[in-house]
Amino acid sequence: MPLIELTGIERVFTLGDSAVHALHALDLSLEAGEYVAIMGPSGSGKSTLLNLIGLLDRPDAGTYRFEDRDVTTLSADEQARVRRERIGFVFQSFHLVPRLTAAENIALPLMLAGIEPAERALRVKQALADFGLADRAGHRPDQLSGGQRQRVAIARATIMRPALILADEPTGNLDRATGEEVMRLLEVLNHNGVTLVVVTHDGALGARARRQISMEDGSKVKDSR
Amino acid sequence: MTPTDTLRFATRAATGYPLRTFLMVLAMSIGVAAVVVLTALGDGARRYVVNEFSALGSNLIIVLPGRSETGGFNPANAITGTPRDLTVEDAQAITRAPAVLRTAPITIGTSEATYSGKLRDVTVVGATADYLKLRRMELAQGRFFSAEESNGTTAVAVIGTKIQSELFGVEPAIGRVLRVGDRRFRIIGVLAQSGQGLGMNADEVVILPVAAAQAMFNTNTLFRILVEARGRAAIEPARAQTLEILKTRHDGEEDVTVITQDAVLATFDRILGTLTYGVAGIAAISLAVAGILVMNVMLVAVTQRTGEIGLLKALGAPGATIRNAFLAEAALLSATGAIVGYALGQAGAFALRAAFPVLPAYPPDWAVIAALATALITGLLFGVMPARRAARLDPVRALSKR
Ligand SMILES: Nc1ncnc2c1ncn2[C@@H]1O[C@H](COP(=O)(O)OP(=O)(O)OP(=O)(O)O)[C@@H](O)[C@H]1O
Ligand SMILES: [Mg+2]
Repeated sequence: MPLIELTGIERVFTLGDSAVHALHALDLSLEAGEYVAIMGPSGSGKSTLLNLIGLLDRPDAGTYRFEDRDVTTLSADEQARVRRERIGFVFQSFHLVPRLTAAENIALPLMLAGIEPAERALRVKQALADFGLADRAGHRPDQLSGGQRQRVAIARATIMRPALILADEPTGNLDRATGEEVMRLLEVLNHNGVTLVVVTHDGALGARARRQISMEDGSKVKDSR
Repeated sequence: MTPTDTLRFATRAATGYPLRTFLMVLAMSIGVAAVVVLTALGDGARRYVVNEFSALGSNLIIVLPGRSETGGFNPANAITGTPRDLTVEDAQAITRAPAVLRTAPITIGTSEATYSGKLRDVTVVGATADYLKLRRMELAQGRFFSAEESNGTTAVAVIGTKIQSELFGVEPAIGRVLRVGDRRFRIIGVLAQSGQGLGMNADEVVILPVAAAQAMFNTNTLFRILVEARGRAAIEPARAQTLEILKTRHDGEEDVTVITQDAVLATFDRILGTLTYGVAGIAAISLAVAGILVMNVMLVAVTQRTGEIGLLKALGAPGATIRNAFLAEAALLSATGAIVGYALGQAGAFALRAAFPVLPAYPPDWAVIAALATALITGLLFGVMPARRAARLDPVRALSKR
């Protein structure tokens, strides 16, 4: 049973009179525990696909089954619950809340899920230690380096122990070495059973994945599986 | 998200943007402070007037000769011509009414008082033994008339403090003989300082037994009869009984006017109360303006924090959570503004009282409650729109904005 099953997905954006087919007749199936890199030129629909998988966006046609459940018909709040409990996001621009400390940023998903402050503190402390941020707990994002910020973001994405991590150009704002380090962290998560989907421009980074998918003009043109 | 977390999150958001928060709190607090200070002023004026009237004595009924305008034109009066005068006997008759505690017939005129070459214009009040008690006046020295003295034409007088200080200086006045007009009176008492009341300064009067004053002014009529009812509840019966007695004594004609102090007070109370409401209304407009400001500031906040809202959505926050967070922030800012404004307003009222000690400038409870409630409600009401806008943002678009 695949973790994710997309069939006949269409996503059309209308800009004025013209319609942009960001995704067209897309079929995709991901097994739990896979490590997938999505590659392709700019504008090929990588981010759109990732947003669809992450339930941030809805397809105009086609069905999306997540953990064997049709999630396209869920209400916005039900989709939010799936995101909260099963999916973690890592963004190119980190998306940390600037006024909150590293620890508070990591605690956000726990707070949204209504988890007790005592347990929250415990889990955040563990996460800080796991990601080498123990001495940065009280620092705000502007007091952290790019690599540290992305580590905070990854800690936040994993704190709810999701089944799926979606990363859109996670190393795009980082230098090579720091990028490598961030990728290694994500790969360790995958190694521990989390399904990992990474969108990247970088062929070398993409090659590290066990499965590569190439996109062009909203369609899947190559799938290494 | 639990309510505690929502509140904490909103607090962090408010403190995260200090200038914005400061301006919003300032706007809200000015509105609340304006309501508090202006109503304190209005209500202070009302209380000042009410107190002045209360100083006349409580449970007071005033009888004046002549049918008053309030009854309208009465053909009976037109036929019988001039109304009958009020007399001391009228007053004595009223005293016997069951609801009446005591009466004070008074006659008033002006004259000159002289003592060892010093001369002064004075207001002469003819009164009886009960006058002092009825007017709630105090004596500084000596005693007031006895009942016998006030009934006869005994030549005794009680003087106001100002008369005493101007004519006698530091000399004791008790026992001295004062010339009023062409008559001589032995001073038996000096009033304690009391100030204004009943349209005359009580410190500048010479009080004589009513019969003596009437003889001096060559009249046997009265200026007023002051009637004190046995209690608040007795005011209305006392009024009716007074009217009934005088009607009987005046051959069945209602040729007097009976004013209860309550009625006069109620009129002033109403006028000044309305004024206070009006002032409060004007001040409330500034609160509405503050509310609109809250809305705009919150709209700016939503725009500023679009990326953050997108993130919260990606992290699985339902629309309601985001809406509540922004509403809590608006509520927090308006509540802080309301509290600060309340403190400022009370300080302003205190400053008013310090600057004008005669004015009891305390904001009325209703105004304080209304101002605080209006601040909170406008803050929340105007916070709803921005909060809903935040909750409705499309997550992908919100995330792409930076
Ligand atoms: N909200 C939108 N409105 C209109 N067009 C959009 C919108 N989002 C994406 N598109 C269009 O859809 C197409 C796919 O966009 P997408 O962001 O998925 O590309 P991408 O592969 O992620 O590109 P990049 O590598 O530059 O991030 C593009 O042509 C883009 O212009
Ligand atoms: Mg993209």
